Order: sequence, then structure tokens, then C-alpha cells
Amino acid sequence: MIEALSYEFIQNALIAGILVSIISGIIGSLIVVNRMVFLAGGIAHTSYGGIGLAIFLGFPIFLGASLFAVISALIIASITLNHRDRVDTFIGLMWAVGMALGVVFIDLTSGYKGDLMSYLFGSILSVSHSDLYYMIILLISTILIVTLRYREILAVSYDMEYAKLRGINVRFYYTLILVLSALSVVVAIKVVGLILVIALLTIPIYIAEKLSNTLYMMMILSSIFSSIFTILGLIVSYIYNISSGASIILISALSLSLFLIYQKFRFD
Amino acid sequence: MLLDCQIKGLCHHLKREQNIKKEGVDIPIIEINNLSFAYNKHTILENINLEVESRDFLAIIGPNGGGKSTLLKLILGLIPTQKGVIKTFGEIPKKNLSKIGYVPQNTNININFPIKVIEVVLMGHIGTKRAIFGYAKDEVMCAMGSLAQVGMEKFAQKKIGELSGGQRQRVMIARALCANPKILILDEPTASIDIDGQKKIYELLKALNRDITIIVVSHDISIVLEYANKIVHINKRLIYHQLNREEREKLNMAGHFCEVELFHILKGDSI
Repeated sequence: MIEALSYEFIQNALIAGILVSIISGIIGSLIVVNRMVFLAGGIAHTSYGGIGLAIFLGFPIFLGASLFAVISALIIASITLNHRDRVDTFIGLMWAVGMALGVVFIDLTSGYKGDLMSYLFGSILSVSHSDLYYMIILLISTILIVTLRYREILAVSYDMEYAKLRGINVRFYYTLILVLSALSVVVAIKVVGLILVIALLTIPIYIAEKLSNTLYMMMILSSIFSSIFTILGLIVSYIYNISSGASIILISALSLSLFLIYQKFRFD
Repeated sequence: MLLDCQIKGLCHHLKREQNIKKEGVDIPIIEINNLSFAYNKHTILENINLEVESRDFLAIIGPNGGGKSTLLKLILGLIPTQKGVIKTFGEIPKKNLSKIGYVPQNTNININFPIKVIEVVLMGHIGTKRAIFGYAKDEVMCAMGSLAQVGMEKFAQKKIGELSGGQRQRVMIARALCANPKILILDEPTASIDIDGQKKIYELLKALNRDITIIVVSHDISIVLEYANKIVHINKRLIYHQLNREEREKLNMAGHFCEVELFHILKGDSI
């Protein structure tokens, strides 16, 4: 176990796991309190189109995924703000079209296509230095934005109509939250894959929500829980030689079950 | 006659207006002229005319779907006007957002949101001044003052979801007061509160009415009649869609407009 820490890819995996856990703890909290989980799911799957495009044209995967994720976030923000009653239809549509585009681009690519499963279920053991830089920049930006604009973000999340009355640019902040979600989804894909990304963005956050009095407390607790689950998941995946993404999610789900049982007995 | 004024979408009932002293030369603080509003081609409001003066206690009554909330949203500038003019303090509503405090209808949404009472109240302050990080001391003082005004200062550090419906309603009033408004607008403030809590809310509004204008949308006709000095009956859809024959006959028989009939009509309608 200990000797595993001397491998660089294990070190990178641990660092990436913690970075992504903190990002998804902060942004996942915003996603959950804003009831955007389905929206984040749409963004995650749409970004597969970007992964396909990047493989097809031969530019970095992160760039392609981010491009598609951010564009889909902008479209979803616009639909949510203007045609709220149609949101689910359009997200379902983007979800499917994004995946289809990804598949077609990859079909069209000749030669080596990389390990496609890794985008669906994560590939934390293949995290590169440039991936780490991307995560660090995203984490710092996220912390800066959320700290400096905490009040506006809180107001828009808690009561959008009232925020509008107090002169806050609701559209801007709502879009900002979705764009940050999109970028977080992209880094979370690296760790658990796009199919499991929603679990990482909800399970630790759900537990944290129950234990928090304030939004920032929820963000901090989510980040801590998420880090613990990710590290435990990595250890389990190393010991039993199973997929890291899936074991992280299963550890999280198991912890959630234990938490719910504990809560039930505490209140009964 | 009653029917006539209902078709216009507006009924004025001036109950105790003669007792209200006016301050200085009044321009009405809210002035609405020939306002009509339609949503998806359904007319919600038609040809509304209304003046609200300083320190009025105005009650807006009428059945569900009658356009009451729409009218409030138009006054608040939350939705743009289509036909007609609304002026608050002689200007378009958007220019005077900070002078109007608003207490939304449903304060039971988002009760799982991790937010403390004091943070909710501090939202009233947003858009005026700001600290780079967290909240400035004078803002917190002001928010605590607002909470004290509604008798909720002891609950400042509680999570909003831990309060009862009535307590939460008072916190929302404190949030509106935190901006030092000239007008306080409440949309069905007592909808989900027990009788005792309702009475407390209205006593609070009565006390606040010494300094600020109150506009309240409500179904509780008897309570409203006790506290309001002006009553507006907004009921566009009832005329066309919800009024049954029996009620129509009753309305036709009523030669004049009086609160007893109004009470019966609405009671039969909204339940």
C-alpha cells in the first residue's frame, strides 16, 4: 500500500482526486441548492460531443469537453431563464445529441482513438501534469468567484425573484453558476467519468446539506466528504484492482446509506 | 353597478378614508392608469386604474387567478407592462426598487436551503452598499434591528427551515424592512399561518403602517376589513370564467357595493 505512493501516477491521482473533490464540493453545493442536478447531467453528457470533436481534430480533450460543456451551459441558462416550462425537453435533447455527436466524431476518426471507456467511467490514474494545472486554475477561480460574490450567489440561489428586486443581475449570476458547473463537470469526468459525474456532484453534497446551517458550511463539508470518499475509493480500487470511478461512487453511496440509517435511528 | 366596476377589473371601496390625514401635497406614491395585461393571449388585467397614497393600508382581494399577484409583479417591475402606465413615486417602477419592500407569497419554498435567518434578512441590503468579504457591521446591526421590529431577534442564528410558517413570514417582513422601504407589499402574508399567527402579523402591519404604506393581497376578508383603509377588488377572470349563474344573479340584484355582499361573494368563490 505505502509503496504505491512512490509512483507518480498514484501521486497525481491523489492530488487530482482532492482538487476535484474540493471543486465539486463547492460547485456541487450550488448545483444542489439551485436544483440543477438534471441540468448538470445534461451538460456532462453533451460534453461527450466535445470529447469526440477533440479526438477527431486532434486537440486536447479537456479543451473540447470544456468548449461543449460551456456552450451547453449557456444554452441551458438561456432556456431556463426564458422558457422555464421547456427546460426538461431541451436538456434531454442536448443530452442525446451531444452523445450522438461524440460517437459520430469518434467513428470518423481513423487510427488510435484512445480508451473511450475512460471518458465514460473516469481515468484518474492517467491524470497528467497539464490536467493538474487545469484543475488548480479552476479551483482558484472558483474559490475567488464564490468568496467575492458570495452574497449575490446566495441571494440568487435562495430567492431569485427577491434578488432581482434588489437590483442583482440575476441572469448573469445564474449563467455564471451554470458555467462554473460545466467546468467542474469537465474535471469531474476525469475522475469518475461522465456517467458517474452526477453522483460525485450530489452524494457528498446531500450529506453536507443535512449537517449545514449555511451555504459556505455546506461547501466546506461537501469538499471534505468528497475528498474522503475519493481517497477511500482509490484505496479500495487499488487493493481489489477494480475501476476507480465506480469504487469512488460506491463508497459514496455506501456512506450515504450509513448516514441515512444513522439519521433515522437518531430521530426515532 | 357592482358588475360594471368588476368588468373594469377594479372596485374601489373607501371605508375609513375620511379618517386618514394626508401629509403635505400628495402625489400618489403609486399611480396606475389604464393598465391591461395579458399572458399568452389570456387577459389577466383589463383597464386598471388605481392610486395609492402615503400611509394607506390597501387590501387587494379577489379570487385565485383574478390577477392580484400579476398586479403586484407589475408594480414591483418584476414583469414589464404591456398597456397602460404604472408609476411609483412619479417614476417607472424600476427606478424605485429600493423604496419598496416585498414579502413574497410562498415563504415555504426552499426550506431545506442551508441559510440562517440573519442571512435571509441581510439580503434586503444587497444593492445598496457592500463589504468586500462577508457582511459589514452596520449591515448586521441594521438586520438585527429589522428582526427586533418583528420580534424575531432571538432567532437570528437559526436555520430558516427550523422556524414555523408564521415565524418565517415575520423574517420575510424583516428582510423587506431591512431596506428601509416607503411601501411594504405583501402577497397573501397569512396564507399558511394559524389564526393566532395571522392576528400577530396584522397587528405588526398595523404598527408599521404608522410610518409606511402597506399593500396586502389577502383572502382573509374579515381580517383585511378590520385593518385596511382602502380595498381593491381585482377579479377579471371571475367575470368570464368562474362566476356561476346564481352568483351572477346575486350581483345583479346588488344595487350598490357594500362589504357584506363582497364578503359573501368572495367567500363562496375562493373556498
